Amino acid sequence: MDQSLSKIIFGRLSWESIPLHEPILLGTFIVVALGGIAVLAAVTKFKLWGYLWREWLTSVDHKKIGIMYLILGIIMLVRGFADAVMMRAQQAIAFGANQGYLPPHHYDQVFTAHGTIMIFFVAIPLVVGLVNLVMPLQIGARDVAFPFLNSLSLWLTVAGAVLVMISLFIGEFSTAGWLNYVPVANLQNSPGTGPDYYLWALQIAGVGTTLSAINMVTTIIKMRAPGMTMMKMPVFTWTALCSNVLAIAIFPALTGAFALLMLDRYVGTNFFTNDLGGNPMMYWNLVWIWGHPEVYVLVLPAFGIYSEITSTFTGKRLFGYSSMVYATVVITILSYIVWLHHFFTMGSGASVNSFFGIATMVISIPTGAKIFNWLFTMYRGSIRFELPMMWVVAFMLTFTVGGMTGVLLAVPPADFVLHNSLFLVAHFHNVIIGGVVFAMFAGMTYWFPKAFGFKLDEFWGKVAFWGWVIGYWVAWTPIYIVGLMGTTRRVSHFNDPTLQPWFVVAAIGALIIGVGIIGFVIQVAVSIKNREKLRDTTGDPWDGRTLEWSTSSPPPFYNFAFTPVVSDLDAWYDMKDRGYQKPSGGFRPIHMPHNTGAGVIISAIAMVMGFAMIWYIWWLAALSFVSLIAAIIIHTFNYNRDYYVPADEVEQVENARVRPAVAGA
Amino acid sequence: MRAFVQRWRGPEAMATVTEQTLPDPTFHLVEAHSHEHGAGGGTLLGFWIYLMSDALLFAAVFASFGVLSSAYAGGPTPREIFELPLVALNTAILLVSSITFGFAMLAMEPGKVRSTQAWLLVTALLGASFVAVELYEFGSLIAEGATPQRSGFLSGFFTLVGLHGLHVTAGIVWIFVMLAQIGQRGLIVANKRRLMCLGMFWHFLDVVWIGVFTFVYLLGVLR
Amino acid sequence: MTQRLHPRTRRFGTLILVAAVGLLSACQRGVLNPAGDVARQQRDIIYISTGLMLLIIVPVMLLIVIFAWRYRKGQGGTYDPEFDHSTSLELVIWSAPLLIIIMLGALTWSSTHLLDPFRPLDRVTTDPALAAEPRQEALHVQVVSMDWKWLFIYPDQGIATVNELVLPVNREVRFDITSTNMMNTFYAPTLAGMIYAMPGMQSQLHAVLNRPVDDEGFSANYSGRGFSDMRFALHGVDSGKFDQWVASSKGSGRTLDLPTYLQLLKPSEKVPAMRFAGVDQDLYRRILERCVEPGKPCATEVMAHEPMGAGAMPAGRESMPTNKPEGALMKSPGEKGAQPNRNRFVAPGNEADKGPTH
Repeated sequence: MDQSLSKIIFGRLSWESIPLHEPILLGTFIVVALGGIAVLAAVTKFKLWGYLWREWLTSVDHKKIGIMYLILGIIMLVRGFADAVMMRAQQAIAFGANQGYLPPHHYDQVFTAHGTIMIFFVAIPLVVGLVNLVMPLQIGARDVAFPFLNSLSLWLTVAGAVLVMISLFIGEFSTAGWLNYVPVANLQNSPGTGPDYYLWALQIAGVGTTLSAINMVTTIIKMRAPGMTMMKMPVFTWTALCSNVLAIAIFPALTGAFALLMLDRYVGTNFFTNDLGGNPMMYWNLVWIWGHPEVYVLVLPAFGIYSEITSTFTGKRLFGYSSMVYATVVITILSYIVWLHHFFTMGSGASVNSFFGIATMVISIPTGAKIFNWLFTMYRGSIRFELPMMWVVAFMLTFTVGGMTGVLLAVPPADFVLHNSLFLVAHFHNVIIGGVVFAMFAGMTYWFPKAFGFKLDEFWGKVAFWGWVIGYWVAWTPIYIVGLMGTTRRVSHFNDPTLQPWFVVAAIGALIIGVGIIGFVIQVAVSIKNREKLRDTTGDPWDGRTLEWSTSSPPPFYNFAFTPVVSDLDAWYDMKDRGYQKPSGGFRPIHMPHNTGAGVIISAIAMVMGFAMIWYIWWLAALSFVSLIAAIIIHTFNYNRDYYVPADEVEQVENARVRPAVAGA
Repeated sequence: MRAFVQRWRGPEAMATVTEQTLPDPTFHLVEAHSHEHGAGGGTLLGFWIYLMSDALLFAAVFASFGVLSSAYAGGPTPREIFELPLVALNTAILLVSSITFGFAMLAMEPGKVRSTQAWLLVTALLGASFVAVELYEFGSLIAEGATPQRSGFLSGFFTLVGLHGLHVTAGIVWIFVMLAQIGQRGLIVANKRRLMCLGMFWHFLDVVWIGVFTFVYLLGVLR
Repeated sequence: MTQRLHPRTRRFGTLILVAAVGLLSACQRGVLNPAGDVARQQRDIIYISTGLMLLIIVPVMLLIVIFAWRYRKGQGGTYDPEFDHSTSLELVIWSAPLLIIIMLGALTWSSTHLLDPFRPLDRVTTDPALAAEPRQEALHVQVVSMDWKWLFIYPDQGIATVNELVLPVNREVRFDITSTNMMNTFYAPTLAGMIYAMPGMQSQLHAVLNRPVDDEGFSANYSGRGFSDMRFALHGVDSGKFDQWVASSKGSGRTLDLPTYLQLLKPSEKVPAMRFAGVDQDLYRRILERCVEPGKPCATEVMAHEPMGAGAMPAGRESMPTNKPEGALMKSPGEKGAQPNRNRFVAPGNEADKGPTH
């Protein structure tokens, strides 16, 4: 075919873009492809397409959307963890004459993909998933404010994740670090597809996250059960509110920064270029205005999860509820004015650095207050050490250390020697694994029976728990130490052989974490197999305190047959205390949203458009852009969005859910 | 399995299904119809929150323009390229379009379909002429060699003004969609709600434009 | 309760202390083993702030363990489900971290100003005998981070080196730092904290070495493919040896003229140390102003004729004085290029294979 015609049709895509020369990548691709075909075949064979489409892909049920977010997060966790193991293996062997097994160009993609995936496609989906699953139940609502938008948010996030995964096999991913730093990501330094994959995947997923945050905030403000004043909201809902308000406030900065970098790369503007008036530092400011608060977007809901679990498993009201709420709000506000601590060493001047350093430290005051609040919730409690509570104690011990090293890094003169060192890397893994990841496992274990109607297996849960906790400390203590020795991050090869033992220990730690991840997967599989034995018929397996435990497990699609009326902070505990009786008659019709496939379709078109732009296939990009607009407009012509569930259907569903309880009693 | 042991305080809550337990108003809201999902207030609040996040996107682009506003890199300066009379005309067009949108809303209140549609059409045409003037301005700048690629300042200028122009274009498309939908279904509750959102959007763009006019054009020429 | 727990508390405390000392002695190098006064003060700040924070961290961690143990279900700890508020406790909860942060904040404010890299040093040594001697004028070194090597220009000595930094001990050094393309940080852990090297911008670092060292420095900010091996040797020598070294460099014969510099500008990895006997005194300024290549206007020249009044555009304004690539949308089909997949795994231990290049 004519060269330039093929360029017009396929852009810069060619056979060479697929790693046919690399057996390991090709093998991975074949395994993934065969696995995918097997799944598709199984779905076809068991005639599940209709079920999948009707019950999941088009679902606007917040619980199902939450579960799908969680599944996405777990799948991407495995991918991100594979990257982590590759890095640990490379750093454990690449000393002196040995260059390791990953050439720099490949290694750079691995660490970029690891960071990008872990934050954008693991942490965010897991947090958003749990908020989606639990928050509406906690406030006694039947769905979120904008059910369709919720579905669209999920599928846009999935579209972004798929683009990142495609980059593994077609072309290559960015080498510019998880925030796609300029000047490395500038067109002249990275002319390839890498930064484009990054930008399009994150822009598409970012729209999803922003829409989801708007949705959650509106839901919390507008749809709380009668009687639930702001100061009677469960702490998890409070943290979800603050986290999503923060997300709305910061994501535009990231979207803006990425859009400007896209213009630089596609149009040739001069925002972040070295010449013609561009300013690379501006990119760093914009992405970190997003980047630091993002940490709190993730960790605030985690704090909420710990609060709920501590209160439930100590059998006590949370100590200092109002100071917990104020601490959350204070953190939300402060987190917006500390971003510069990510580049003290850029030379902003002593007064500016001190301001941002001290502002950062001030955040540790409300955070410290939170730790004390959990501590004094345990005080005079009757603590049941089931899995979720074990995660909480592990979190408190681990996170405290991470908090301390964080404050240390906030002291600018100390940061001048520790900036971008492995000490820093150990610090943020300390707070993100110890804070966010532990919370996600705690939360998934805690709410799993609510979502599926049976508990998770305890033995494999303990394997996962100890794998993660021991693995974390074995993997990251040596990294703290080599960081103090002055070793820096993102290095693919070392000269100094005395460092090697530390990296070998760290690699062993990563493998122990691997045991934790496998343990979790086995835990889920074993629990599904033994689901009858693990069945919870009460809807309230942990003796919970908040409203989500007042409905059956799994909840009916309308959550509550009757909207609960709240008169105390721990609403469900209070209701049980006052002799609550579950109604079995007098049902009314319930207003619910229809399912819609628009979210999946729009996201799929957005993904095609992203792919076309990445590969410079202009005709396809234009076509998909027009289809995207058309699909959105067509969707707005659909006025048939909701319906009433008749009262007798409600009665049937309710009775079906109560009967097993009687049989078991 | 010890974990499953319950500490129910209520008397045998689960075992009493044989006789009907009616909902207790202490614990349940027993309403004739459940409240609507995302209706009215919810949608408007949600849209308002979206506008705030959009405002922050503009803020980020404004800030970037601010940083680059004197990065001429040897290229043209604002005083050399801005034609204030043209921009003033454009500002007037956009401000008037906000007023005509207001008339559309006034017509919507009593349910005058024709009149609402007419005012919306006028608004859309004013919006379109705003975009046309802006495109003319961009075209003549590029013809002079003042392209977005020329300097950081011009990149920032084209992006900020262009982002606003894109929003106006989206607003025009939305107006035409609304015209069709009002034609199809009349001024039903859902359409009124949509028009309220569209109104917020249109006025929001006006406010942003005031910022653009002041900071980009007026201050640029004064600099 | 406090009485009963006291011995246990002490035992925990000892344990943590032993562990901490063990870890610290294991890593008595790099950041924790400074050879210069600035790095030493920075290390001391790490110690002091860690100590301050341990004042609260250690008791908290002990309490977590103690409470978790003592109040586990059915083990005799008092159970009081209504205990959810105590004004005096909350006062302590908020004020204890506040006090620590006030102390730490004061330390931060003063040390950030005192150790500002742009600020000339107050003292070059803590040794009273040496401090009594008259201070020499600061040595001036110009640092340029290139893809992927370090260029050091000694303007007063008229020499330049690549990937080798030799400094006299007990003499203040002022580094002026910039970059040609990527953003790097100039960092020698035993000398002083790092500062960014940025294209078109200049940062400064004032530092001093107080004992002879043979160590290395590097960039701590990822800057692309050759980043891992972008290292320079740092030698601290006494002033006699330094003068000898300058003299021997002057005799090395090569000069850093424009063609040599442009050759050096090309991206390269694992560059061995080089010395240049002569260097253009204006080179550093032109790198900073991004006008080394013939025909490129310097930043200050461009600025100089900017505020000229309104009117017709001066000639030459439309010209694009760089070789910046065109935006993707502006490219003709033939210019789109290709994106082959260049990811590879190589057998470990293979020294020769450096992987694919751009």
